Amino acid sequence: MGAPEQGVIGASVRRKEDYRFLTGSGQFTDDVNPPNHTHAVFLRSPHAHAKIRKIDTAKAKGMPGVVGIFTGADLEGVNGLPCGWLITGTDGKPMNEPPHPVLAQGKVRYVGDQVAIVIADTPNQAKDAAEAIEVDYEVLPAVVNCVDALKPGAPQIHDGAPGNKCYTWALGDKAAVDAAFAKAAHVSKLDIVNNRLIPNAIEPRAAVASFSRSDDSYTLYVSNQNPHVERLLMTAFVLGLPEHKVRVIAPDVGGGFGSKIYLYGEETAMVWASKRVNRPIKWAAERSESFLSDAHGRDHVTHVELALDKDAKFLAMRVHTTAAMGAYLSTFASCIPTILYATLLAGQYTTPVIYAEVTASFTNTAPVDAYRGAGRPEATYVVERIVHQAGVDLGIPQNEIRRRNFIRTFPYQTPVALVYDTGDYDQTLDEAMKMADVKAFPARQAEAAKRGKLRGIGYAAYIEACGIAPSAVAGALGARAGLFEAGEVRVHPTGSVTVFTGSHSHGQGHETTFAQVVASKLGIPFENVDIVHGDTGRVLFGMGTYGSRSLAVGGTAIVKALDKIIAKGKKIAAHLLEAAESDIEFKDGKFSVAGTDKSKTFGEIALTAYVPHNYPHDKLEPGLNEMAFYDPANFTFPAGTHICEVEIDPDTGVVGIVNFSACDDFGNIINPMIVEGQVHGGLTQGIGQALLENCVYDKDTGQLLTGSYMDYAMPRADDVPSFKVGTKVTPCTHNPLGAKGCGEAGAIGAPAALMNAVHDALSSAGVKYIDMPASPHRVWSAIQSAKRA
Amino acid sequence: MSVSLSLTVNGKKVGADVDSRTLLVDYLRNELGLTGTHVGCDTGQCGACTVHLDGNAIKACTILAAQANGGNIVTIEGLAEPDGTMHPMQAAFKDCHGLQCGFCTPGMVMSAIDLVNRHPKASEQTIREELEGNMCRCTGYHNIVKAVQQGAAAMGK
Repeated sequence: MGAPEQGVIGASVRRKEDYRFLTGSGQFTDDVNPPNHTHAVFLRSPHAHAKIRKIDTAKAKGMPGVVGIFTGADLEGVNGLPCGWLITGTDGKPMNEPPHPVLAQGKVRYVGDQVAIVIADTPNQAKDAAEAIEVDYEVLPAVVNCVDALKPGAPQIHDGAPGNKCYTWALGDKAAVDAAFAKAAHVSKLDIVNNRLIPNAIEPRAAVASFSRSDDSYTLYVSNQNPHVERLLMTAFVLGLPEHKVRVIAPDVGGGFGSKIYLYGEETAMVWASKRVNRPIKWAAERSESFLSDAHGRDHVTHVELALDKDAKFLAMRVHTTAAMGAYLSTFASCIPTILYATLLAGQYTTPVIYAEVTASFTNTAPVDAYRGAGRPEATYVVERIVHQAGVDLGIPQNEIRRRNFIRTFPYQTPVALVYDTGDYDQTLDEAMKMADVKAFPARQAEAAKRGKLRGIGYAAYIEACGIAPSAVAGALGARAGLFEAGEVRVHPTGSVTVFTGSHSHGQGHETTFAQVVASKLGIPFENVDIVHGDTGRVLFGMGTYGSRSLAVGGTAIVKALDKIIAKGKKIAAHLLEAAESDIEFKDGKFSVAGTDKSKTFGEIALTAYVPHNYPHDKLEPGLNEMAFYDPANFTFPAGTHICEVEIDPDTGVVGIVNFSACDDFGNIINPMIVEGQVHGGLTQGIGQALLENCVYDKDTGQLLTGSYMDYAMPRADDVPSFKVGTKVTPCTHNPLGAKGCGEAGAIGAPAALMNAVHDALSSAGVKYIDMPASPHRVWSAIQSAKRA
Repeated sequence: MSVSLSLTVNGKKVGADVDSRTLLVDYLRNELGLTGTHVGCDTGQCGACTVHLDGNAIKACTILAAQANGGNIVTIEGLAEPDGTMHPMQAAFKDCHGLQCGFCTPGMVMSAIDLVNRHPKASEQTIREELEGNMCRCTGYHNIVKAVQQGAAAMGK
């Protein structure tokens, strides 16, 4: 690996992608304007639950500029949207998997459900026509809470899901957990709500679909995190189109956070309709549509119990969670509260036995799926809140109770299926405590108390599992997709390089980070490397970007392809230098004969590969272009400690963040600047969940009450502090980069650290428990209730 | 009903007859092809559509094109030098990693320039309060604040 001064691995190289974004020359989906394109508007259900008696589009079809109007009835023969993960329940049966139609069929099941696609020459004409469609609804009772949905007598949402149950699933040894609880010296218990969130990428979802009669092919621009997955699901499962006739391009994408992983009905209907109207169709969601129809995140209700011995060693943990799926199963909905949640309940601790039972229910709300962290923030919140509670119950300092239970030998087999390959949890805790100046906290708390303010400090020692893998294990657990990544390295005759990656950047800076990896490995200038992503017409294949997998999985695929380039280069060099292949070394961009001054540069080898006059044609093909697929041997396990210090004004209930320190172990780091940026953003989303954000549906009507930025509190610049972030490194043991992933850690650790700090601060006011978000009203009310009690 | 527009955009005189309900942001994006100005919320909350009208930052999604008639508009495309050299605030955003996905960025930069023009030597707290009308979901604002400080210094503010 090259030294940082070469501008490569380990250097905070400024980003290649920034110039276009800073000068307005980025190309987002809504910036794509094919000639003669039309505009789509989706007529959405105003009701949370209703039968569709009749849809009359006759008047709307005669409106000015209208090109086509299609409803669910027109799409008969088109399959529903598939769910990518089959969960098998405790009863041994597959989960209930009711149809998820592209446009509503017979019934609507949430406010915002798509009823019709209206296509016209201009957006306003399409809107006017949508308003002229008459839908006769028979409104039905609705249920929006995931626990209420399971109660007897709750409105039945799908015929194929009796009692609104999707599945009950369990992990762990129940009998062993019961036995451990029976002999525990102490049991701590909590009831926890993990609030529903709306992802809110600042670029709303958008798509442009075109059909070409000349070769019977389709092109779809779509704001999406994994264009190959989008194409595979849409062609093979829903529309029955030949995959090679559909090109999906996810150009510049303005943030995803999970919400753009999925195959949605909108773009599927547009691709289908583009052939029928034979003109390109464009749709860009308005923000109110994003609130209604983007897949939401979280929405768990959990009871957790932790058994401890007399020395505060954890003996067992028992978790019961109810998780909302929303009205339909989104692409990866089913695996979030199971495979990506319960498996993380060991946290950083040696808890020997754990039992988790999860029931997933359908509700009359937008579908719920992965949102930054996806299952792991929910698990961390459960673990770190109950550990905090145990520390409080037993009067043991928060750092001490964690240290008594840290895992210190690796590899470590947890009781919930995962094998952690490496980590050093003391190291990140120590560093975070230094960064947070924990020693002086009592003095700061006393000073705040003199001013009538409540100070608290909270810890979250989180773990996450990134780069979900390997495919064979995921398949055995119900995954209906592979979880590898693909990379292709194309060396041009003059030695510059284009890399095609199946990862997708929507803010992560892959064009820079991946180029650093390639420049380092090949010993060529960073400027000579470009990264291509997000286009099924240019990139061989890809599984996309989610779950902090891009560097660990996608980056490794590129490294594997680079290894093949170097191996072939050695053969060419051996021929040119008249040496044995085994004597050729490659270092700093030169192929040399060991122990001699004979060498060829990387550029000379590239030129020889494409101008093969003096070339070993009997042994080797010309050209220098290699591909690799990489299927990881295991997850990676980033971990760290976040410490938050808050000051609460008991008169107003306002929680101020005084200090937020995060020390993370992401394994080896390619670009520290980008990693820090990922942490800042994640922390802010975590703080948003803990202090501000909350998706609320009216419990009777099922109307979304937080459907705008006036109602849904997004973190703004003055809601968050400047952060202290640091890293410690234990390299991942099973990928060549030693990288673990950094994209979600902030959102995973922050809510628990912040809420533990809030509970610490409020303990002196007698408040025992408060749910997220700790809004001023909730905090103030909790203080008032405690006073009365 | 259509209205006749005549205004200056990024130093060039432009004119058109547009539907009277055309928003300024739609005029810039669809008529002039200046797609660097983005629409993130349609309700004046997120700030992705921020441009300068007669030197002041405004949200182009909550003003009709007709209301800007006769005005002088600068969009993100109008900031860099003709040779492509970025404005000091653009350069500061790059240097401080004040952007990730890049979608809020044009509006954020336009607001930042207006902010430092109005508040020379702004404190971190002032910068945070003044950026209240521009949402970013990626950066956590930490590096945006740094970028605004660095950009202000480079602009001599």
